[in-house]
Amino acid sequence: MKKNLNPVEEFFHGIFLLCGLLSVAFVVGITAYLIISGAPAIAQIGFVEFMTGQLWNPNSDQYGILPFILTSVYGTLGAMVVGIPLGILTALYLSKFSGKRSSRLIRSAVELLAGIPSVVYGLVGMIVLVPAIQQIFNLSSGATLLAAIVVLSIMILPYIVNVSATALDAVPKEYEEGSLALGATETETYFKVSIHAARSGIATAIVQGVGRALGEAMAIIMVAGNVANMPGLFESVRFLTTAIVSEMSYASYGSLHRDALFSIGLVLFAFIVLVNIILNLIARREDK
Amino acid sequence: MNAFEIENLNLWYGEHHALHDICINIPANQVTALIGPSGCGKSTFLKVLNRMQDLVEGVRIEGKVMFGDQDIYAPKTDVDQLRTRVGMVFQKANPFPMSIYDNIAYGPRVHGIKKKDELDAIVEESLKGAALWDEVKDRLKRSALGLSGGQQQRLCIARALAVKPEVLLMDESTSALDPISTGQIEDLVGVLKRDYTVIMVTHNMQQAVRVSDYAAFFLLGDLVEFAKTDDLFNRPLDKRTADYVSGRFG
Repeated sequence: MKKNLNPVEEFFHGIFLLCGLLSVAFVVGITAYLIISGAPAIAQIGFVEFMTGQLWNPNSDQYGILPFILTSVYGTLGAMVVGIPLGILTALYLSKFSGKRSSRLIRSAVELLAGIPSVVYGLVGMIVLVPAIQQIFNLSSGATLLAAIVVLSIMILPYIVNVSATALDAVPKEYEEGSLALGATETETYFKVSIHAARSGIATAIVQGVGRALGEAMAIIMVAGNVANMPGLFESVRFLTTAIVSEMSYASYGSLHRDALFSIGLVLFAFIVLVNIILNLIARREDK
Repeated sequence: MNAFEIENLNLWYGEHHALHDICINIPANQVTALIGPSGCGKSTFLKVLNRMQDLVEGVRIEGKVMFGDQDIYAPKTDVDQLRTRVGMVFQKANPFPMSIYDNIAYGPRVHGIKKKDELDAIVEESLKGAALWDEVKDRLKRSALGLSGGQQQRLCIARALAVKPEVLLMDESTSALDPISTGQIEDLVGVLKRDYTVIMVTHNMQQAVRVSDYAAFFLLGDLVEFAKTDDLFNRPLDKRTADYVSGRFG
């Protein structure tokens, strides 16, 4: 880059730099705030007690968040088990099999799905899914972990489909031709060569999906029953996110209860960072 | 013996009539070069032989293409099996973004070979067949994308050999390579013809003279002349062939 810039140029370079630094500042700021406001309660309750305690009952000063942690983990895993294969297969169809018109139609539908506010997912889940689960499995209430998993699967679908399809679109045709010329069928080619070549993009898609599933609160608070049970597919459950949302408004200021909610935020944040790191490591090792 | 016997082959891309009434018998276990100026239809013709033309949208093919006693455009032809028997090396080396080993083992695996010692043997044999074994035997687990251009192209030849084809189609497979790599691949073709029928598109006439036994000259979608390479270059029957091989156009 040239050094002798005119003042206007220099001014704009400064603006760009500032914009870049702003995101970094936000991340650092949020991290610092979460640690500062979340750590004291953990210290007071005791780290092990806080993380592995099975009872959450602020009225009697019991602050164990294991039910929330496990619910978030199971819920996210469940959404991945359903959403990832479905999303990748959809992306393969869009990228490789569908005609131009149907591809365009489905892609815009998928984009629309991404744009639907999560509270709407929650509403539809509450009105349609919860009663359906109640009837099918003959439960006293359909507001269960299962309902949350179904809703989350649908919510992460557009992320996985869009990013994976873009990655699959970018796979050089030469790879696929090379495979076909060896006598591989189209299906073999797409599964063994195209997905392999697009794997870092697909990993990104999964990271986004997992991040979304872990962080979602509004839709699942409406369908999961919001009770601090240890998770089971047919139990009413409370997630890390929904624990914060549902209690923040009546935890009195300065109380341990309120601080513990911040601690849950810190744990949630740590989980999302962890997932990002793990998936990035996997993607990077595959790239070598 | 002929590897391919082709009668009245016509090919259209949409409205464009790209190959006109091609009749040619391509001999087995020989190297046949397809030459001609750009856009003459030689690559188009090559991709008819393993039905890679099927991938082009709006292509229409008429005529009879016999591979041995099999009409490869008959409705019940198993295209995947055809492509296993008629291998192809492309203009630009296209190794998969996997290890060297996995590149070679890809074809055999697709065709159901799972045992490791069997795959090991095929990988070694194929890489030796493509004169690449000595250069890569210590780094089979490394990415194929780390190889040089010439090595990548020989890897693609090895990958094609690994499924034990009868015919090897080469589509200007040296055009992107330096002279030394080109020489290595030309030498290799000379060796391969003992076991395989090689059909190569080239726009390098010296290469056709050096490597091939037979040569076919294409011009604007017509097969102008097909003869032994020596005859085609030194005693061409058609004036257009004479003009082309003496460098008057192209």
